[in-house]
Amino acid sequence: MLELPFLKPKPVRGILALYDSPDDLLNAAALVTEHGFRNVDAYTPYPVHGLSEALGIKKSWVPWVTLVMGLTGAALGLTFEIWTSAIDWPINVGGKPMVSLPAFIPITFESGVLIGGTMTLAALLLACGLPNFQVPILDRDLTNDRFGLFIPETGPAWNEERAIQFLRSTKAVDVRVIRG
Amino acid sequence: MNETAIVNVTGEPLLINPNKTFADVNAEVSAPIERKPGRLWWVFFSISLLLTLQFAAEITYQIIKGVGIWGLNHPVGWAVDITSFVFWIGIGHAGTLISAILHLFRQRWRTAINRSAEAMTIFAVMTAGLFPLIHTGRPWFAYWLIPYPNWRYLWVNFRSPLVWDVFAVSTYLTISLCFWYTGLIPDFASLRDRSSGWKRGIYAVLSMGWRGSERHWQHYERAYMMLAGLSTPLVLSVHSIVSFDFATSILPGWHTTIFPPYFVAGAIFSGFAMVVTLLVILRKVFKMEEYITLHHLENMNKIILVTGMMVGYAYATEFFIALYSGNPFERFVFLNRAGGPFAWSYWIMVSCNVLVPQVFWFKRFRRSLVVMFIVSILVNVGMWFERFTIIVTSLHRDFLPPNWSYYKPTIFDFSVIVGSFGFFFMWFLLFCRFFPTISMAEVKQVLWNAKKTAGKVPASATEKIHA
Repeated sequence: MLELPFLKPKPVRGILALYDSPDDLLNAAALVTEHGFRNVDAYTPYPVHGLSEALGIKKSWVPWVTLVMGLTGAALGLTFEIWTSAIDWPINVGGKPMVSLPAFIPITFESGVLIGGTMTLAALLLACGLPNFQVPILDRDLTNDRFGLFIPETGPAWNEERAIQFLRSTKAVDVRVIRG
Repeated sequence: MNETAIVNVTGEPLLINPNKTFADVNAEVSAPIERKPGRLWWVFFSISLLLTLQFAAEITYQIIKGVGIWGLNHPVGWAVDITSFVFWIGIGHAGTLISAILHLFRQRWRTAINRSAEAMTIFAVMTAGLFPLIHTGRPWFAYWLIPYPNWRYLWVNFRSPLVWDVFAVSTYLTISLCFWYTGLIPDFASLRDRSSGWKRGIYAVLSMGWRGSERHWQHYERAYMMLAGLSTPLVLSVHSIVSFDFATSILPGWHTTIFPPYFVAGAIFSGFAMVVTLLVILRKVFKMEEYITLHHLENMNKIILVTGMMVGYAYATEFFIALYSGNPFERFVFLNRAGGPFAWSYWIMVSCNVLVPQVFWFKRFRRSLVVMFIVSILVNVGMWFERFTIIVTSLHRDFLPPNWSYYKPTIFDFSVIVGSFGFFFMWFLLFCRFFPTISMAEVKQVLWNAKKTAGKVPASATEKIHA
């Protein structure tokens, strides 16, 4: 990745299986938890539907950030408009009421979208732990035309042979031991 | 073209040739970035750079001399500047419509065109943003538009639609950038894994270390959906708020409640026309005919036809209400538009926006590159004149005849118009050169579906799992 002295790559250990088709990966993913492997991850060039269900990955919490931050942004926008127009320096503009609620709605909406949207992107990066230049790229083709299933080395009960054997029994085109 | 014979469950032709492999997608979309640009690219780029340079020179001169160098006069205080502002903001709307609204409606054909349409949005909004700044005459005070604590203890007037505009346009630019960038992350990762040396470093930073982990995709897809959900009402709000700049005033011809939907329909109409113009060129210059197929272009032409008729309906309603209202000033403005000194502008607008798109009733024309290219350009000419008609004809003859005048553009008015096109195309050409113009990750998803429909892969293994 980025070969910089202060970005020491984090060691990654486990077994990676590569597949040619998303269906082969899905098949393997459906079996991998049954075989008792934990924290299994998949690497795909595009989002393959059904994969997170097969791997038992929880649904994302990002939409909650959008909702809460969107509402917060809207509330802040409206409060700010009311405070500046009616409290900090009340100015009579064309005989309109100090709290001209209908006139304040456009900016209330825009601030909700602005905060909600930017915070959604921020939450996405936070959730994925990005930017991250320390975790090694397991295979360059995983963003191209290969679909990978990765069983990480876990705990003292780890049995490398068993993981390799299981992955070989699937339709993997390649099974590699990763000792990064 | 045997692949067009195969249709999917909804009876639509396949969006992509099922014989392609995933690796083909990466190779072909990245090709324009990886090879040196061709002569055609340099020709287009030089022209737009020259136009941009003269635009910069014009702006400099105008800042020194004042806005009087344009043809503005006493009643016509807004002309080419605000016309171009509304025009460019409108262009941007199609990008968001394609990327957000079509995503929510699960229109798969958007995948080949959304990236370039979103890029178009960003560059169009950037171009649009220049106009209010330069038209203030003293752009160095532009920060006064932002409510910030200052020694005068004065805030902006939140009851003014011009302030709403500042918030709407800046939010629109920010959110469009977020949305665009989110879509680009996986593709930057693909480019990183294809390249070496310093290029790899740049794409590594841009992709932020994306690896395509399923845990990340899970968040990614939901976040993308949320951004699409936010952009959808946002895009509708932006042109509505732009129309409030006019609708909240008391000027006949501006003071109408039809403006928000009428402006939004017009924006989508002109934006789609611009997308067609750009894509017809892009697919030819960068050899993307297999991704941006005639089917994609035909779909866009259908939207142009529909929105064109919406716009035509709005013209008719506006005219009818003006005559029916019994308000003499309102009636005068519309009769003056159609038969007054600016009648030429009104009839350019009607013929380009209402009559010309009617050719798209015929499948032959919807699928003809020459026809659609000409129509898309005419539509944009018409839409530019629509804004010109709305702004200038309403201003030039208001309530009192002693106030009346004509508006004559000067050479500087023409300079900003062509300059803005140069500026826009310069950014777009740079985008085509350095960024993937087609979303590789999304096209692969469509490709897999196409393969299944065409029976190119063994019957779904996933069905066995879910059964």
